[in-house]
Amino acid sequence: MTDVIRVHDVSKQFALRKDKSLKERLVNARRSRENAEAFWALRDIDLTFASGSTTGLIGHNGSGKSTLLKIIGGILTPSSGYVERRGRLAALLELGAGFHGDLTGRENVYLNAAILGLTRKQTDGYFDEIVDFSGIENFIDTQVKFYSSGMYVRLAFAVAVHVDPEILLVDEVLSVGDEPFQRKCLDRIRRFQREGRTIVFVSHGLDQVRQLCDRAVLLDHGNQLVDGTPTEAVRAFRDLNQAVEEADEEKNVDLAAQGTRRVTISDVSVADLDGRPVRTLPSGAGLQVRFRVDPGSRLDDWIVGVALEDSGGQVVWGANSDMQGFSLPELTGAPEEVTVEFPEVPLSEGVYQVSIAVASTGNKTVYHRVNRLATFRVVTDAYEDGAVHLRPGYRVGDQAVPRGGVPLESAAGER
Amino acid sequence: MPHQERGAAAPAVATRTIGPAVGAGEAPLEDQPLERVNQPVSFWRGFVPTVRDIWAYRELLGQLIRKELKVKYKDSVLGFVWTLLRPLLYLLVYAVAIGVFLGSGKVIPQFGIYLFTGLLAWTLFTDIIGGCTGSIVGNAGLVKKVYFPRELFPLSVVGAALVNVLLQAVILILAYMVTWSFPSPGNLGLIPLALLALIFFSVGLGLILAASNVFLRDVTHLVEVGLLLWFWMTPIVYDWTKVRTTLTVDNDLAWLFQVYLANPMANIVLAFQRALWPGGQTEAGAAFYYDGNLYLRLGVLIAAGLVFVWVAQRLFARSQGNFAQEL
Repeated sequence: MTDVIRVHDVSKQFALRKDKSLKERLVNARRSRENAEAFWALRDIDLTFASGSTTGLIGHNGSGKSTLLKIIGGILTPSSGYVERRGRLAALLELGAGFHGDLTGRENVYLNAAILGLTRKQTDGYFDEIVDFSGIENFIDTQVKFYSSGMYVRLAFAVAVHVDPEILLVDEVLSVGDEPFQRKCLDRIRRFQREGRTIVFVSHGLDQVRQLCDRAVLLDHGNQLVDGTPTEAVRAFRDLNQAVEEADEEKNVDLAAQGTRRVTISDVSVADLDGRPVRTLPSGAGLQVRFRVDPGSRLDDWIVGVALEDSGGQVVWGANSDMQGFSLPELTGAPEEVTVEFPEVPLSEGVYQVSIAVASTGNKTVYHRVNRLATFRVVTDAYEDGAVHLRPGYRVGDQAVPRGGVPLESAAGER
Repeated sequence: MPHQERGAAAPAVATRTIGPAVGAGEAPLEDQPLERVNQPVSFWRGFVPTVRDIWAYRELLGQLIRKELKVKYKDSVLGFVWTLLRPLLYLLVYAVAIGVFLGSGKVIPQFGIYLFTGLLAWTLFTDIIGGCTGSIVGNAGLVKKVYFPRELFPLSVVGAALVNVLLQAVILILAYMVTWSFPSPGNLGLIPLALLALIFFSVGLGLILAASNVFLRDVTHLVEVGLLLWFWMTPIVYDWTKVRTTLTVDNDLAWLFQVYLANPMANIVLAFQRALWPGGQTEAGAAFYYDGNLYLRLGVLIAAGLVFVWVAQRLFARSQGNFAQEL
């Protein structure tokens, strides 16, 4: 393995200057220094990227991910420290950065390819392939300003992936286009990986980072918090988020509520099977969702609905007591504690949120609904994609294949 | 063992022959040296590597020039005709206002062609200066997202302006045909010299203006005003002999006349007129064109222009690291 990029103690300070015109500068000449607000976008970043590796940079907006990419790409110069690298580099910091609306698709392909470093002859050779990849043959001689944003981005990405770099810097551009096109893009990235190219990419799609990268770096306010496996970094990032979300939870109570308030829900919590409140549980462990209902007066027609959503807002599980064949006992009018117990939650690693509703049978009247009030996190040590945590066995012929390394249960059970 | 590894890596590398041919080209990755990104170079030594860098990106420069030309008149019915219409309109205005109303047309033979030769040089100059000034700010999207030598932006403006001036020269040739008078070939040697001096001088100025406009947007307006002033300081619509008479004969200000002649654009315009204006020689004995040693003057200008370009590029290079964050 050869080191392809070395980032040595890089820091970057931005001066946020407020006065831009000559008049303001002259008038404020003395105060000009004070007007320039210093702001550290990166602090003491020290990283080495080996050839053939794929590294994901994760962090909140403004954590310095893009700045780091720009410094590696040579677009920004660091305030201190320096970057060394070898090999040809292509930076996809923005798709279609070099596109000009007045030029046709064809002209833009040539221009953009030249910007990314292809010669005219090479572009000629790739042209059909590029158009084919983008899938917009019919519009290639139309001015780009008439393109839909999807077409624009497709063409731009098609050009970008046909530049053959040894180092590829990608900034949040993989999440474009419709699903088939996204798959095409990801296939292309995987091909780059197989060909042994070095990829550094910024993404807010944590699952994408876990799927594609063999390493991830977590940045927070310009500091390098974690440099490790994608699972480690993603987990640390979620810890960071959880703190923020918990603070938000309290504020959002009223905003998230819906319904007639004939019955009110309060004191929502998540606990393990023994009733101890938990925030984090290993995949496959049991879970209780507990809350109080206050009916105010006697009520015999009521059902409880629970939904679990992942961080992307996708409902991973949802049902109500009626659908599941439970008829709940009559409420006398006094507040009652309700517990919905899940003996096993085989979800894949991630953050999940609980929404609860109390309604009349058939959801005719929603008495009260609270959305995403409680949050819990599931951790696994398994490498898997998707929403659920499954534990397959393997058999070749008649012979069961034993699992090498740490058995899954014990690894998960440690947490 | 390492040899084996190399063999395995070779086919993958061999397919990657793409990209600007900077650096080591096709050597296996592990054999290429680690290079420092944005290596700080001393003020004195950075020019040659930059020129080499720009040369490596010449293909992109060609594309950028093509873009400038295409975009300028895209979607306009007359298209490139506008390139010709603008100087023609100037020509008409000056010919009527100054040639007819002020009577210069009676003094200066073939006043139309006289005007046009000067305007030819001046349009090239203003196109370059005006275009360069806005070139970095106007391409902010690219400057912030892609790396290539930033000098390519001003240089593409220069390229596009040169193409335009060639087109405008067609009008001049048509004018020769119509009036059936041609400049003597003896002075045509001045043209390449004057063009070279003009390009050096305007590229240098353009680089400085392009960079300073990033930090101070007032530069755009300053340039507009400055060019207007400069236009009247240059003998384009009037005759340089008038200036000489006024300053040296009527008043005792010979030194001021020398200052007037030190204006690079004055020398370039005078050279254009001497080379391309047939009216300059038709009058027996009395030469209307500037009869000083223009070869020497242009030679000095070219030498000074080279130094100027060097200085300007170094200043440009110094500030370009901050372009992406200032825009």
